[in-house]
Amino acid sequence: MSASTAVLKAETKLFAREPGSLFWVLAFPSLLLLGFGLIPKYRQIDPGLGGNRIIDFYVPSVVLVALITASLLSMPGALTTYRERGILRRMRTTPARPSHLLVAQMVLHAAAAVLGAVLAIALGRLVWGVALPEQMLAYGVSLLLATLAGLAMGAVITALARTAKAAQAIGLAVFFPSMFAAGIYVPTQVLPDTVRQVIELIPFGAAAQALNQAANGSWPTWTHLTVLALWTVGLMAIAARWFRWE
Amino acid sequence: MSIVEVEGLRKTYGAVTAVDDVSFTVAEGEVFGILGPNGAGKTTAVECVEGLRVPDAGRIRVAGFDPIREHDELTKILGVQLQASELQAKLTVREALEMYSAFYADPADWRPLVERLGLEAQLGQRFGKLSGGQKQRLFIAVSLLGNPRVAVFDELTAALDPRARRETWQLVRDINASGVTILLVTHFMEEAQYLCDRVAVFDRGRVVALDTPDALIKNSDSSVVISFRPSTPLPDAGLQSLPGAVSVTRDGAKVVIKGNDDTVQAVTSMIVRERITARQLRIVDATLDDAFLSITAGAGSDHSATVQGDF
Repeated sequence: MSASTAVLKAETKLFAREPGSLFWVLAFPSLLLLGFGLIPKYRQIDPGLGGNRIIDFYVPSVVLVALITASLLSMPGALTTYRERGILRRMRTTPARPSHLLVAQMVLHAAAAVLGAVLAIALGRLVWGVALPEQMLAYGVSLLLATLAGLAMGAVITALARTAKAAQAIGLAVFFPSMFAAGIYVPTQVLPDTVRQVIELIPFGAAAQALNQAANGSWPTWTHLTVLALWTVGLMAIAARWFRWE
Repeated sequence: MSIVEVEGLRKTYGAVTAVDDVSFTVAEGEVFGILGPNGAGKTTAVECVEGLRVPDAGRIRVAGFDPIREHDELTKILGVQLQASELQAKLTVREALEMYSAFYADPADWRPLVERLGLEAQLGQRFGKLSGGQKQRLFIAVSLLGNPRVAVFDELTAALDPRARRETWQLVRDINASGVTILLVTHFMEEAQYLCDRVAVFDRGRVVALDTPDALIKNSDSSVVISFRPSTPLPDAGLQSLPGAVSVTRDGAKVVIKGNDDTVQAVTSMIVRERITARQLRIVDATLDDAFLSITAGAGSDHSATVQGDF
């Protein structure tokens, strides 16, 4: 077994032992969707939304919630703790590299976010008959780009926060605007045009639009995907510049 | 033949010089101690040896490897226990050993190691639930997984109770007997005396003495500290000429004399002879710091000026 595989294996076990992360990434998005589904108005067809129900628009937003909690709260918390406790440092004294831990954490959080997303999509389909994404490939591509952008945001938080506590504070500060951009507080469809245009320029706003378009059967507008790609590249560069191993 | 060579090592953090012109060599098979008070630069020095810190100047070789440029090669032959470092809290002992074993091309079998370290009962336990002694034993096990030629132990027993400390000392001896060269950082004189073939005494970033423990103790002649407030002032010259007196300092009206048992006798008979009342007379065994002052021959040197904190 190679060093990176061994680290991934151990980190997978550890991830399964974090009830907090498991709840926020896997269960919370579905619970949120269940909560929305309990509101009768959200289940009624709204002519103002092109004959859709509000719940139909919420599924792509809730899909992003898994990603938001995984990348902004869970991953920076785990990595800053590893740095704070000298776990990354210890690894530097062995033939393994501490970057193995970083990669393992990113892979695991990305996988968990996708799993949380799939659970939410399945729940929407089974309980309220929300149509599955019509453009599966486009949906997958959008989700992949959103995941990369989310991980990049998490990486920047990890790089800038000196302690796990600071990471938590920064993570929460970014968490609420991200939830808004993803359309959790109000569906972005009902927002004024100018507000929407601004939201579409930030990662989770662009991601929500792209997922909605893919869910409704069209390829996402290129600007949304470009916005996601640009954020990913920019944020990763910042994270790489400022990250400290100890 | 020396397996660790440090020559003219210098490391600064901003305006603070942590290590300055440090040189020492460790022979293969030796237990080499680095002894010194907090902030003396011990940890900085060994972290340069481990390749965790980049020296500002100097030359380091471990089994011929440059710790920075040949870090990958170094990690294959060096086992390290860091002073302040943990493992993942929810990782079990077994999982930690399996994961760290996978880092080496030809790892040691961890089962006999665990047996020797008395950790069999803890294999399924999580790191966060281990006692201080168990954690340290696990760190020792982890540091030995790669069959290292050199092991660096930094304050291995600092957090342990006296019993666990004794047990750990025996372990270190066993490890050394199996052919591993050991670089041991400690601030316990007793530990250094028990384990080390040779000791480098660090003080304010420099090596101030380097010898066998026996020789160091023999040369350290201020084993007792005598302090009192004399009823009439005493001239320094008279006190300094007392037998065995190494240093005489004053703290207000208080006189502090460092010396040995002979000095104690001389002081008591002087008090009687001169008919002085010695208020608050205290005679205590010198602490490690006092021994350092003696070793550095720094009569009157102000130790409180040392920058504190572990570098």
